[in-house]
Amino acid sequence: MIRIRQRSARPVRSASVIAAGIAALTLGVAACSSSTSTAPSGGATSAGGGGGSSATAQAGTSGLTVPTANLPVLQKVGKGEGQLNLIAWEGYLDPSWVKPFQQQTGCIVNAKYAGSSDEMVSLMKDGGGGQYDMVSSSGDADLRILYAGDAHPVNMALIPAAKDFFPAFQAPGFNTINGVHYGVSLQWGPNVLMYNTKDFPAAPTSWSVLYDPANKGKVTVPDNPIQIADAALYLEKTKPSLGITDPYELTQPQFQAAVALLTQQQPLVKKYWALASEEISDFQNGNVTLGAGWPYQVSTLKAAKFPIGSTVPAEGATGWADTWMLAAKAPHPNCAYMWMQYISTPQVQAKQAVTYGETPDNAKACAYMDKLQAGSCAEYHANAPASYLASISLWKTPLATCDNGQNDCVPYAQWVTAWNTQVK
Amino acid sequence: MTYTAGTRQLTQVAAGAGQGRWLRLSTVLWRRPWARATLLLTPPLAWFLLVYVASLVVLLVTAFWSINPFTTNIDRTWSLANFQQIFTTPAYLSDIGQTVAMAAEVTVTDAIIAFPFAYFMARVAAPRTRTALFVAIMLPLWASYLAKVYSWVLIFTNNGFLDWVAGGLGLGHPQLIYTNWAVYAVFCYLWLPYMIIPVYGALERVPDSMIEASQDLGGRTWRTTRSVLLPLVLPGLVAGSIFTFSLTLGDYITPLLIGGTKANFIGNVIYTNIGIANNVPFAAAMALVPIVIMGLYLSGARALGAFEAL
Repeated sequence: MIRIRQRSARPVRSASVIAAGIAALTLGVAACSSSTSTAPSGGATSAGGGGGSSATAQAGTSGLTVPTANLPVLQKVGKGEGQLNLIAWEGYLDPSWVKPFQQQTGCIVNAKYAGSSDEMVSLMKDGGGGQYDMVSSSGDADLRILYAGDAHPVNMALIPAAKDFFPAFQAPGFNTINGVHYGVSLQWGPNVLMYNTKDFPAAPTSWSVLYDPANKGKVTVPDNPIQIADAALYLEKTKPSLGITDPYELTQPQFQAAVALLTQQQPLVKKYWALASEEISDFQNGNVTLGAGWPYQVSTLKAAKFPIGSTVPAEGATGWADTWMLAAKAPHPNCAYMWMQYISTPQVQAKQAVTYGETPDNAKACAYMDKLQAGSCAEYHANAPASYLASISLWKTPLATCDNGQNDCVPYAQWVTAWNTQVK
Repeated sequence: MTYTAGTRQLTQVAAGAGQGRWLRLSTVLWRRPWARATLLLTPPLAWFLLVYVASLVVLLVTAFWSINPFTTNIDRTWSLANFQQIFTTPAYLSDIGQTVAMAAEVTVTDAIIAFPFAYFMARVAAPRTRTALFVAIMLPLWASYLAKVYSWVLIFTNNGFLDWVAGGLGLGHPQLIYTNWAVYAVFCYLWLPYMIIPVYGALERVPDSMIEASQDLGGRTWRTTRSVLLPLVLPGLVAGSIFTFSLTLGDYITPLLIGGTKANFIGNVIYTNIGIANNVPFAAAMALVPIVIMGLYLSGARALGAFEAL
């Protein structure tokens, strides 16, 4: 099973496995509903890709525009509608910050938890269907949501707290197109190299350990096509002849090299993990001693007094950056703006960062983090030196269009196919 | 002629206006058996058509569509691309082959285990023991699927129960977790009751006289089993195999939880395409593969008389 993103929580994965089972049973029904919920505006976006059958083969954004770019934005936050329907990662709507929000604004938060980026993309179909207001999606899903016409432009003047964000998150490419914002940036974090300190007394400093045949049967990596970017990042530094400059923008030969590296890695892998809890228990049971994971797993294992170490190796790392995106048909826009302002304030950013083990976007959150948990600001790099951020390649949707203006990059659909038919 | 009289009588008895209407209705239904049948059959038939047949038709239709790979919106252009992809990609073909092989292995193993077990229950055990064995078989069926699979994770995991026992016996560390052997063992365990019960039913129906006749004619144990018992129990075995085969063919949670890097079965491909790629049309095309395989299997089973044994 593959989930694009499900860090955290997700100790209660079993529930989603059951849900998925039910979903599989009702496959026909699912097929039916998803076909009827296709956004009419989404059809227009793909029409630009060319005529006839080639339209589907072309996944790029060449000639793509955001269908909702010209929708009028809210000019003044009015009275709350009393309700707010949010699609979120589990753990992102913790009562410790949702309850004060409800008391302050009178907007009752209704949570819909999604287990993967793709689930978020489907829930947001048809602009949230007039049901959902916002989604806390990651960089790899954002472009898919907004190019499908499911996100609404946001007036940043109404979110003063976002002015304190680090410059990199003021208008990042994954949620801001041509100067139009489609949501407010939230938090971010790296995918780190994890190792059992008993088996590796000398801390590894390179991702090469995950590709070293000496570690056969000891390795665990995420079951996720975006892992191809991790291989590409490693090749960017170790095989400069390939000319990789961005692990999410790969030409066919670069892509094939990354896939080949992962195919070689496959015999070393004990388990492709899908749940954070899976990786935690595999480390604890000694099924694996090395792996790629999130800071959440590291802090959970540390809290359990397990000899775990983690590092962002010399080659750098991939990472995620989440955004609260506004749905094109959000039924409660005033409450949504109140939420965007609230969740961007340094106090709330600090609370979420410490609870979840990620890095806040608000530069002023650092002081509040140390108040909540001494040393947590430095631990999660909330005092973010720009060099740390530069070492992280944040997830984004691989598109056919490269930054160099060429149209020869490998789109995400091929990443999924390669992951399922060549790597695994 | 008689019912006209009856109706008049009933109408007279039912003096109240409201009651009279109901009686008239019941009279109409009594007079016209087809109306009664239609009324009775409509709800279940509508349910069947709507929920089961309609969803299968939608599945079939969806399999010929595709998605826009970027926005994952469904593109309703008819094409055979999904099927072409399934039957030309070596990985998918090997996934299908691996799934069918696993289903066959599990079925054969369960049949071999179930036959002596069911024989003991049906023909040897005292009634009290038989009841106890029945409970022992049924008990796991009432437990949660996930609880059962996770308990096997605990058995197979590194330093788990199996390692502990093997280590104690000086057999080293088998380390079965995340291998297809582990998947196979768990499947055999999970579906065993579905094999035992129909085989037991078939064995119980074999008259003692047949066995005695065979023995009178000089048939020893093996000969009697092979020439008398097995042919009579075969429909039961085939009926049980329908369960073990189809359940293995469709399962994806056990490979997910207990299988390693090689645990790619049909169900996992479907799950992946719905869960991650959001490619429902391709998942639908893939879902038709086990349906076709089961269709062939069931027509074979029918020829062997399995449906009388169910």
